[in-house]
Amino acid sequence: MSNNVIVEREKILLELERRIAELRAASAAQPLDMSAEIGALEEKYQQILREFFGTLSPWEKVHMARHPGRPTSLDYISRFDRFDELHGDRHYRDDPSIVGGFAFLRSRSVMVIGQQRGRDTKENLRRNFGMPAPEGYRKTSRLARLAARLGLPIVTFVDTKGADPGITSEEHAQSEAIATCLRAFSTARVPIVAAVIGEGGSGGALALAIADRVLMLEHSTYSVASPEGCAAILWSDAGKAEEAAARLKLTADDLHRFGVVDEIISEPLGGAHRNAEDVVSRTLNAIDLALAQLAPLSEERLMEERYRKYRRLGESQFEGVPPVVRA
Amino acid sequence: MPMPEWLPSRRPKEASSSDAALWSKCPKCGEVLYRRDLAANLDVCTRCSYHFRMSAYDRIASIADGDFVEIGQEVVPNDPLGWSDKKTYLAKLKSDSERSGLSESVVCGFTKIGRFQVGLGVMDFHFRGGTMGRVTGERITLLFEEARRRKVPCVIFAASGGARMEEGMLALMQMAKTTAAAAQFTEEGNFFLTVLTDPTTGGVSASFAFQADVIVAESKAMIGFAGRRVIEQTIRQRLPDQFQTAEFLLEKGAIDMVVDRRKLKGQLLRLLEYVVHE
Repeated sequence: MSNNVIVEREKILLELERRIAELRAASAAQPLDMSAEIGALEEKYQQILREFFGTLSPWEKVHMARHPGRPTSLDYISRFDRFDELHGDRHYRDDPSIVGGFAFLRSRSVMVIGQQRGRDTKENLRRNFGMPAPEGYRKTSRLARLAARLGLPIVTFVDTKGADPGITSEEHAQSEAIATCLRAFSTARVPIVAAVIGEGGSGGALALAIADRVLMLEHSTYSVASPEGCAAILWSDAGKAEEAAARLKLTADDLHRFGVVDEIISEPLGGAHRNAEDVVSRTLNAIDLALAQLAPLSEERLMEERYRKYRRLGESQFEGVPPVVRA
Repeated sequence: MPMPEWLPSRRPKEASSSDAALWSKCPKCGEVLYRRDLAANLDVCTRCSYHFRMSAYDRIASIADGDFVEIGQEVVPNDPLGWSDKKTYLAKLKSDSERSGLSESVVCGFTKIGRFQVGLGVMDFHFRGGTMGRVTGERITLLFEEARRRKVPCVIFAASGGARMEEGMLALMQMAKTTAAAAQFTEEGNFFLTVLTDPTTGGVSASFAFQADVIVAESKAMIGFAGRRVIEQTIRQRLPDQFQTAEFLLEKGAIDMVVDRRKLKGQLLRLLEYVVHE
């Protein structure tokens, strides 16, 4: 039994699909006309599909973002025109929860970096469920600085519950690794486009998401902490994650409204994994277009606009809002 | 240490003159300390040297020489997400404000340390656990920008539980904003120093706090990315007491030095003497 509400619903749909297929087979084998039953069942299937996935609550979107079949960074990167992976942080080890390297997107040479979770238990263990250690962030900032020096635009894919919270990560200064990553993206004098493709959890996600354009898939989430983390921090009860998800305003629509996200990429009914090829190709098109728009900007203009973009997140909201607290 | 003229008006009002207000118990050794003695010893336990969490204005008074000209106090928090749980976010802000005498988790301004002009930012754990909200990020950004214009060093005392949940992603974005401001400031050759105090975690440790040129920490301060509880839940075992202390971080190479609060001002002055050329 999966604890993913989306996967549970898909099981119900699968059962219906199986019954429809059985009826079809039976109908073909017998002289009996069962088209009415089949039609009714198919109608019911479509109705349930819409009921299940037509509008998703924030909590359901969290589960959609974590769906085991959802396209991962490598599903996007493998559709670039060429990719050569670069490894290691040059200090200690290579962290498989971050994948990065040189790539061609259409005819453009870029540096691509993404957080990579596993598709199954074995790969998840190797990739630490997509939660980067300091070594992963150090590899990221190394590649970002390299790209900046070579004049290559940077493309990132964000998909992590958060940075790894283990003992070794603390010993290896996770804070410093993330802080340095933020700085590398903040100061890289090349265009940066980030795509939030799954779960974007806290500073561990932001470390790859300071960008001139931030794209986000319709059912991805991006939040200050995972809903479980937020509930644990505020109410000492991770069980209240659903309530936290509703309050955190972590959906693409919310974040677009706040100006945190520049563009939303739509997903088919039922989520990106139902037509991964289409979603990946539209995402790459959107990245390509964003890079084309950023390319003509002078370095100074690019840096100025990036500074202003993040500067405003916190400033503009004050306009017209009466002060609430006065010391 | 003489008390600056501006300090009494900004200190939170004493709740009453009852015994509870006159005495403090050291949470580490249990010693009962007379408040006035404790204050004279910079909120350090006279028996075991436990460092109490200091309020922002007391901290400023302990570091600043002469006047402290505050900036950014006109920017005050509101409620971007319309947050409400057991209490509304606005009510939490109000009660923290009344209790601490602050309008946000950081106080920023300009003053002198010894003969050196500096930009000084001080976070206060007593306001929302020192969490970084939009106004925290805005004030720190204003501090960097003004210090950059004045070409003076920036000293920031960090004390934070991380990014503030009740402001959601807008709080997280302050990591990006303060990073950009700190980067601009230091890339022009200005000097940036942080003092990590108990506790410094999450969105603050993983942004501007660890981007400083020199990182000082107060004795025994808890410093880390993930909170202790989160790690213990993840690994399902109890962590050793030493884990994530300032001394532990020094040994692991994450910070430059650990300093007792009573020697801190002298240490800051020594460091400024190396880097400021008049």
